[in-house]
Amino acid sequence: MSHHQAFADSLLAMPPACPPGLTVWNRSDPARRFAVYRNNVMVSLIDALADTFPVTQALVGEEFFRGMAGVFARAHPPRSPVMAHYGDGFPGFIEDFQPAASLPYLAGVARIEMLRVQACHASDADPIPPERFARLLSDPARLPTVRFMLHPSLRILISTHAVVSLWAAHQEDDIGSALAAVDAAQPESALVLRAGLEVETYLVKAGTAAFVQRLQAARSLGDAAEQALAADPSFELSDALGLLLRCGAITGLVP
Amino acid sequence: MTTSAVACRAPGLPARGGVGLKPEHFREILVDRPNIGFFEVHAENYMVDGGPFHHYLGRIRANHCLSIHGVGLSIGSESPLDEQHLNRLAHLLDRYQPESFSEHLAWASHGGVFLNDLLPVPYHAETLARVCAHVSQVQDRLKRRMLLENPATYVEFAASTMTEADFITEVVRRTGCGLLLDVNNVHVACVNHHRDPLAYISSLPLDAVGQIHLAGFARDTDAAGDPLLIDSHGSPVAQAVWDLYACTLDLLGPTPTLIERDNDIPAFPVLLAEAHQAEAIMAAVKTRRPQEIAA
Repeated sequence: MSHHQAFADSLLAMPPACPPGLTVWNRSDPARRFAVYRNNVMVSLIDALADTFPVTQALVGEEFFRGMAGVFARAHPPRSPVMAHYGDGFPGFIEDFQPAASLPYLAGVARIEMLRVQACHASDADPIPPERFARLLSDPARLPTVRFMLHPSLRILISTHAVVSLWAAHQEDDIGSALAAVDAAQPESALVLRAGLEVETYLVKAGTAAFVQRLQAARSLGDAAEQALAADPSFELSDALGLLLRCGAITGLVP
Repeated sequence: MTTSAVACRAPGLPARGGVGLKPEHFREILVDRPNIGFFEVHAENYMVDGGPFHHYLGRIRANHCLSIHGVGLSIGSESPLDEQHLNRLAHLLDRYQPESFSEHLAWASHGGVFLNDLLPVPYHAETLARVCAHVSQVQDRLKRRMLLENPATYVEFAASTMTEADFITEVVRRTGCGLLLDVNNVHVACVNHHRDPLAYISSLPLDAVGQIHLAGFARDTDAAGDPLLIDSHGSPVAQAVWDLYACTLDLLGPTPTLIERDNDIPAFPVLLAEAHQAEAIMAAVKTRRPQEIAA
């Protein structure tokens, strides 16, 4: 086995291990010193997850979160030195993490948090100029076939639980009262987008979520509206388009 | 600040104090344009497509000198360097044109896994050849001289046949790279391995030093109860490190000096005050040894 393989394996091993070939000037047990590296690695990975998933941590408490994050980090250490996206597999891991099974909404809240980080670092793009969109609206015959270019930070999440309300409650001053008002069993959908420098999280109807997902798949406005209506009979195209324009989600028209 | 603007036109960082740029301080720095020698960022934090990090770095960089400091290239790795990462780095340096680029004498990646820590390298002929090849590859790809940082370490290797200072000296000689002398790392490693820090520093190729790092450490003990210092970047620079810094400047003359802080980040003025403290020590050295500085 290579030197680095033994060292790397021992960093993540449970129970704690120490690679061969280490020396200490006072001939003391090198395992005690090697533990500094073990601790640095695990603490840095768990801290990175805690930075990305603060609401997930608040929902389960710090001790439980750090334990769960540690299990994840050992099983799924980063594959890239770019740590901004570390943890994109964490929501899926939480979904199957038995000790958290009593909180069926936890993975969904974690997904919102990961989408927000992705949105934060996504490419920049300017919203479509209002006059360009106004010209489009003045040509109703063209409208159903038009396809939009969407902001690179735009993300949609459809959940079987009230994950948007749960996330939003943690942005309030009085989190306890805000949480008490949430019925976690309600299905909710989120639209996440960075407008300028700030990442916004909108609670949207199921039809709007289906509509945007369709637009993201490069389908025409007419097709997306049809699908949205099928998914949600209360879907209102003007409301959905209004939201996308207001939040800067539409950046252009596909020629 | 006029002084910063003038300094930025010269190649290389100014011989002044600098501070690590943290997102917590973006707005304040952009608005206040503090009188500071330079800012330093970790390269990997800015390897994202867009958003606030690039927004602020672009604007702050327009006002200040910049050092880009890599933490993920894994120069001490047994495996080949990650070409994709090297390309990302080249792109970032091209975009921001920093006055300095530096990386570590350490490894962090193995077998496709990134361990997110600066791990120690044994010092012998084989690792020397590998580190030199990697440093040369980086300098060729980036078309610039890099600075290599001396590590803070907690263990040594039975396989080592050279001292760390001899190893670094040979890397500098063979590759022509510069040296980022982390004085906190010297203090930490010398306490941990029972070495004399001034003797260590004196045996380095000091002509190659392009920048100094200062930071805080945490205290622990090893299995024998002897002190074990940990390079934590989570507290102010310790007095022992300031003292060693002053002795180092006696050998080097004024040198660009960064205050590193990555954990428990205080308000920006606290870090700025530490950078100014470094400048006061530089000024004292200047007065003490005018001939040497001029030479």
